[in-house]
Amino acid sequence: MALFRRSSAAAPAPPAARTANDLQPGETATVCCLNDPDMALKLLDMGCIPGTRVKLVGRAPLGDPLMLTLGDEGYTLSLRVSEARTIQLKA
Amino acid sequence: MPVAAPDSRPVTSAAVPGPERPPKLALIGNPNSGKTSLFNQLTGLNQKVGNFPGVTVDRKTGLAPLGGARRAEVIDLPGTYSLYPKSLDERVIADLLYDPTSADYPDFVVVTVDASNLRRGLLLFTQLADLGLPAVLGLNMTDVAAERGISIDVPALERELQVPVVPLNARKGTGLAALRIVLADRLAVAPTRRFWEIPASLRPLVQQVRARFGLHNDYLALHYAHQFRQLHFLSEADRTDLARLTEQAGFDSTARQAEETVARYARLNEVLLDVVTVTRTERQEPASNKIDKVLTHRVFGYLIFLAILFLLFQAIFAWAQYPMDWIDQGISALSGAIQARFSGPLVRLLTEGVIAGLGGVLIFIPQIALLFAFLAVLEESGYMARVTFLMDKLMRPFGLSGKSVVPLISGLACAVPAIMGARTIESWKDRMLTIFVTPLMSCSARIPVYTVLVALVVPDESWLGLFNMRGLVLMGLYLLGTASALLSAWALKVVLKARERSYFIMEFPVYRWPRWKNVGLTIVEKVKAFVWQAGKVIVAISVLLWVLASYGPGQRQAQAEAAVQRQAAAQRWPAPETERRVASARLETSYAGTFGHLIEPAIRPLGFDWKIGIALLTSFAAREVFVGTMSTIYSVGQDADLGTVQQKLANEKDTQGHPFFTPRRALSLLVFYVFAMQCMSTLATTYRETKSWRWPLGQLVYMTGLAYLASLLVWQVF
Repeated sequence: MALFRRSSAAAPAPPAARTANDLQPGETATVCCLNDPDMALKLLDMGCIPGTRVKLVGRAPLGDPLMLTLGDEGYTLSLRVSEARTIQLKA
Repeated sequence: MPVAAPDSRPVTSAAVPGPERPPKLALIGNPNSGKTSLFNQLTGLNQKVGNFPGVTVDRKTGLAPLGGARRAEVIDLPGTYSLYPKSLDERVIADLLYDPTSADYPDFVVVTVDASNLRRGLLLFTQLADLGLPAVLGLNMTDVAAERGISIDVPALERELQVPVVPLNARKGTGLAALRIVLADRLAVAPTRRFWEIPASLRPLVQQVRARFGLHNDYLALHYAHQFRQLHFLSEADRTDLARLTEQAGFDSTARQAEETVARYARLNEVLLDVVTVTRTERQEPASNKIDKVLTHRVFGYLIFLAILFLLFQAIFAWAQYPMDWIDQGISALSGAIQARFSGPLVRLLTEGVIAGLGGVLIFIPQIALLFAFLAVLEESGYMARVTFLMDKLMRPFGLSGKSVVPLISGLACAVPAIMGARTIESWKDRMLTIFVTPLMSCSARIPVYTVLVALVVPDESWLGLFNMRGLVLMGLYLLGTASALLSAWALKVVLKARERSYFIMEFPVYRWPRWKNVGLTIVEKVKAFVWQAGKVIVAISVLLWVLASYGPGQRQAQAEAAVQRQAAAQRWPAPETERRVASARLETSYAGTFGHLIEPAIRPLGFDWKIGIALLTSFAAREVFVGTMSTIYSVGQDADLGTVQQKLANEKDTQGHPFFTPRRALSLLVFYVFAMQCMSTLATTYRETKSWRWPLGQLVYMTGLAYLASLLVWQVF
């Protein structure tokens, strides 16, 4: 099961892969996989599982952290840019 | 080591004989699922707050009346999203639920879920069910779910989960009667259904762990394999064994956890298929999002936050002053009344030591109550999460997070409630940094010292015809304190190692009106915690300081007093003048005075003499004591009509006959008071909040060292 990629900190996801941090405000996309194993456990617990729809609601005035709405229940998470970068999106 | 017969579940452990023992139930659920509201509704004022062993996680217990003579003992567990702990707080849950021999092991659990977020809440439920714990599901916030067009078929959910499901609105108290009946009749059943099958590849390991510990449940055995490093109740030998077993099995905890969670969500999708129906009435934007557009706006967001801070400040600075004055006057009146009727050293110990110390504790109550009223309202309404969101980026360069902002700013009023307020910070490292640097923020107790000294040396003139010089200097002192707090955090973040990975990820709760009952209970709880726990230390140190200032070595005090009396007789001083001089002579020859002389060589490079040394010692009890002590010491050799402390200080001459308090000396002293840790209430609170003397001692050494160096710099350079 290729749930998340074991990528070391030195080799982050290739720049081509879009992450939740690349979303425009109001844009929706689907979670593909979670790049950081430890962060993935926390995100999974909170319902951010591959296949979930995420929407970028907005960003804090200084650009970080950001606000994401998850799934159909439509509940809102706030997370830092560094954390949003671990959520890889389906192309 | 937990021991249970292989096939019996410790459902009703008969640790205490007799049928009268009330059943124990544990409340567990996601953060923001209304767990605390439910706890308050069930127990009312019958609450006890303590700490879980070894950690500073609030351990709230209470007795819940269930109708008639039936009662249950309720324990409120920290909010969590899963049984795999991600923070130190959440580990408490594992220690409690995985050890059937622990004192708090519950007979059953009440799982609260947010009905508008059912799937996520049920993740935790399925884990508990797989542990075989008898459970009741409290389906909370049904009103929010209804608003969003989510309808839940409760009987169908009951069939799927095979435990009683009680719809609730814990904030309003609806559904509570039904829940009480379910609890009283002990209808909670151990679910027979399992929601997740342990994969075949893990079975050999699970069987080995089960056999080694005599566990009654496979899933529990799996959690031992996952979490043994963090379970406090396991012995060193147990851990070594588990480390060996997991290593032999090639057990990858992170990957297995992730697989399990994904599988559980997949299973929950099936479970909820026929239970939840969402009627999509062309959803308009939720009200919360509209409010957020304003409250997290790039301009209005900060302005509104500033306005709220201003109000908070106003409350703690100005409004709290009235009740504080009453307490002060009440304590003085009490001491006066006792001293008027009785006399002797014991009475003085009681009035000047114990009662004065008690006054030093009680005086903080209005500020603590007001601050926590504010914090509770901000927290309950959901606004606090937005403050964190707005401020996080600004605080991060200093190693702090958005959650440090409110404690730091409250520190400008008083460090004691501010440090208590740091409990809202989940990350251990962020919390310790915040607690450590908060006392550097200039609190209100420094104001009397600042105003006396600034007025003494800074002319009451305006600069550029606009700014009052005294106001500018005062503002500079506040900025100095704030800058030192932030820079100290920045320095400390390098030294301090994180004990856990910290996450910022958090749920944004929807805005709601605060429940006044919850606010009231928070205030009562915080005030009680302060008075009982910090209060003990403060009274003890007050008594000690009183002894030091009242008694001296050998006969020196008596001799000094006799000398003053002779002088008084010779020069025909009026009685008040004599009294003042006697008090001053006694203080000089007391242990405190001796101490002042003793440390004079050490503080001379700062420009201080032994008289200031005494003031430094006595103001350790509380900074504002400085003014009173200076007033007593400097009464010597001055005219009968003394006037204010300020005049006394201005009249003080050095050996050449020049004014003693030059701007340089006053500035050195001011800087010392900006940095120095001179507040035992803060130290006692830090001890209480960190459960270790290392932190308060660290604060004392660091801040006093900083004060010394800064004063040295001022005195030597200028």
